[in-house]
Amino acid sequence: MARSPVVSRPFSRRQVLKGGVALGLGSAAALGLSPAWANPWGRSARSTTYSYESEEGPSVSLSIRRESLPVAGQEARPITINGTSPGPLIRLKEGQDAVLRVTNLLEESTSIHWHGMILPPGMDGVPGVSFAGIAPGETFTYRFPVRQNGTYWYHSHSGLQEQLGHVGPLIIDAAEPERFRYDREHVLLLTDWTFENPASVFRNLKTMEGFYNFQERTVADFFADVRRQGFSDTVEMRQMWSKMRMSSRDIADVTGSTYSYLLNGHSPEENWNALFKAGERVRLRVINGSAMSYFDVRIPGLKMTVVAADGQPVQPVPVDEFRIGVAETYDVLVSPEDDQAYTIFAESLDRSGYARATLAPREGMQADIPKRRRIADRGMEGMAAGAMGGMQGMDHSAMSGGGMESMDHAGMSGDDMESMDHSNMSGGDMESMDHGNSDGMSKEKAKTRENGMLVAGEAQPGSRYGQAGIGIDPDERRVLVYRDLKAFAPWPDRRGPWRELELHLTGNMERYMWSFDGKKFSEVNGPIHFEKDERLRLILINDTMMEHPIHLHGMWMELENGQGELIPRKHTLNVKPGERVSALITADAEGSWAFHCHLLYHMEAGMFRVVQVS
Amino acid sequence: MKIKLYLVGVSAAFIFASLAKADDGYDAPDGWPSPIVEHNQGTAQFDRLEYSIPENGKDAMVWDFQGWYGGDVNRMYVKSEGENIQGDGEDAEFESLELLYSRLIADFWELQGGVGYQGGVFSDDHEERTYGVIGLQGVMPYEIETDVALQVSDEGDVSASFEGEYDFRLTQRLYVQPRTEIAVAANEAEEFGVGAGLNSVRAGLRVGYEVTRRFAPYVGAYWEKEYGETADLTRASGDRTESTGVVAGARLIF
Repeated sequence: MARSPVVSRPFSRRQVLKGGVALGLGSAAALGLSPAWANPWGRSARSTTYSYESEEGPSVSLSIRRESLPVAGQEARPITINGTSPGPLIRLKEGQDAVLRVTNLLEESTSIHWHGMILPPGMDGVPGVSFAGIAPGETFTYRFPVRQNGTYWYHSHSGLQEQLGHVGPLIIDAAEPERFRYDREHVLLLTDWTFENPASVFRNLKTMEGFYNFQERTVADFFADVRRQGFSDTVEMRQMWSKMRMSSRDIADVTGSTYSYLLNGHSPEENWNALFKAGERVRLRVINGSAMSYFDVRIPGLKMTVVAADGQPVQPVPVDEFRIGVAETYDVLVSPEDDQAYTIFAESLDRSGYARATLAPREGMQADIPKRRRIADRGMEGMAAGAMGGMQGMDHSAMSGGGMESMDHAGMSGDDMESMDHSNMSGGDMESMDHGNSDGMSKEKAKTRENGMLVAGEAQPGSRYGQAGIGIDPDERRVLVYRDLKAFAPWPDRRGPWRELELHLTGNMERYMWSFDGKKFSEVNGPIHFEKDERLRLILINDTMMEHPIHLHGMWMELENGQGELIPRKHTLNVKPGERVSALITADAEGSWAFHCHLLYHMEAGMFRVVQVS
Repeated sequence: MKIKLYLVGVSAAFIFASLAKADDGYDAPDGWPSPIVEHNQGTAQFDRLEYSIPENGKDAMVWDFQGWYGGDVNRMYVKSEGENIQGDGEDAEFESLELLYSRLIADFWELQGGVGYQGGVFSDDHEERTYGVIGLQGVMPYEIETDVALQVSDEGDVSASFEGEYDFRLTQRLYVQPRTEIAVAANEAEEFGVGAGLNSVRAGLRVGYEVTRRFAPYVGAYWEKEYGETADLTRASGDRTESTGVVAGARLIF
């Protein structure tokens, strides 16, 4: 492709002409500089290709470059894939043997990881685990059989390149008809862009706690709380947090103070359009390709029906809103009946910003943008986690009677309260408390097997699958929770777990150290071992006060959310603060695999392990 | 010369500590990079760089600097406090210039040890001494930034200091920062105006505005009082033992 000295063009002439003809659009200018696949008309279910160029499998060539492109209306230097950032939509078909040639035109090593794909270990694209990486000037050819379908994505697994836009959607068309029908589909790829150098972002996180947090509690918040809940409760609450040397507003490490939240590469002001014809049923393939940001996604005025999670079909769940952790994907169906515009609103978890697009019958329309919610304060679950993590002996007195009471007044939803007993259980100290008054517990006990393990598919005590998490008021609207996810049929391996493997998610907020079981990647000796073909229960216990999206490469994690045999399977599990989450794994993928927190800077800080199946 | 020796010693200790890393999480083939590479970080900051105007006496430029370089656990620190009294015809003085090896020993605490120098910055206008120092820096419960240290000078004089400060957030950018410094000594060091026992207590209150995270201009006031033998020495030289003043300056982080 010819490179223009001013702005390198995302489309070849051929692409532009083809697109222009197909849509009757006059010029590339009308398209802006969005990735070619982010076409307003999406893809009609009747057609076999996107109206615009996407990279259709089985054979795809990709070139990775660093070039100047505007992002959110400003000059930027993202990493591009075939001239766009985010990269092109790669479309494969179940049953194909994919051949993906990746040429590195950067000045440093790069890689592409096919997130969520089950493939041979050498094709997984993690430098140092699956291969050596792709050196500058080299081409690496990924070859793997495609034996699944759904919505996935791909991204660099080298250093912090993902933060520079080295990501893109990966869609696998099903070989057999899917369980739901739709007339049109759109891919909605969420990313977080910063004009800072990612290495500077990391340095800021490492050297100054709370660098990006401009929503800390202030004296004004204190007085507001005093008015609402009285002096002594407020003081007690603040005292607890202060004593732990933590901030209850520590919701996101990197925030809208540096991030522009993008939807299909477009800022809220640019307002990317997803078009529909009234009466159509539209499938939205939502991918969170952010480095660090969780989003709450909703389309005011439209009910969304969740039909797939992490690419895998689930029984339909009608919701008004869903939370999408970093690296997760959800497929939802919407049926806009009216000839009007709808805002697709993706609010960041800490409410410091949002990504936005408009679902509309014609281009250039827009609807009201909802007001952002206020940042929430972390509740007891975060505190308990803090106590478990750094400060073992933290006064449990603070959590008994008085503490709980003050919590109630602190403006947290009832849902956080519920979480309280559970989160404490991960520590063990307060287990007795829950045993004492919980019917649920005795039921769970009854389901316990002789070997002391829960029956496959049962939710762990300490899990909070019934809650979406912090900052969500479940009474306001219907929000997707993990418990809603239910497969259509049991997965092939119906064996119960042979053993349990517990891993704690740990961290030191002040130093920005993140780890599993208190050890950073640089501190552990050797990989985590899975016995080949064993059936294993992985239990993740979050000792920190932040959410962590935990991603296992190479194998599915069947999330034991209490749906018995119909448990959903995922590639990325969101573990809330203080929560205990479990998944069944069939260790059938021989080789070495990455296992890590998908918050980019957490991974970089050491929250990474290698799993070896042998 | 002595300082050079100390420097070499401390640096060597730091290098050994850095090398003493556990094995990688995975035995990859030769030639493959590590999937996660940790890099050392570093930062330098003037917690206070201010012009101080005492109620009585001469104005002064005052600095309180610290910088570090290293990993999560092992770091090297350079710390310095000092002042240049305006119009006294003398060079600026390091109250302290320290090179420290620091090791994280608990979530919020670093144990630090190294060498220090007190004296003129460019000249021998001021009395000089070198000392060994061991200290604990970190955050106390209730988020009080703390630095306690014990110093033993080349003359065998033993002294200790405590510094504590707290940031009170008025808005996202406006803060009030109370701080206090307490100095005690085990024995007299007359040439430095230090007596045995409690030497001095300093308290200050600064109001700053974070224009950016790295630049926060502030104004403030302080109160300082000397006690016991130290006060006696000061009185003997005809100076006041208690003073107040106002300051204006900036917190700079690089």
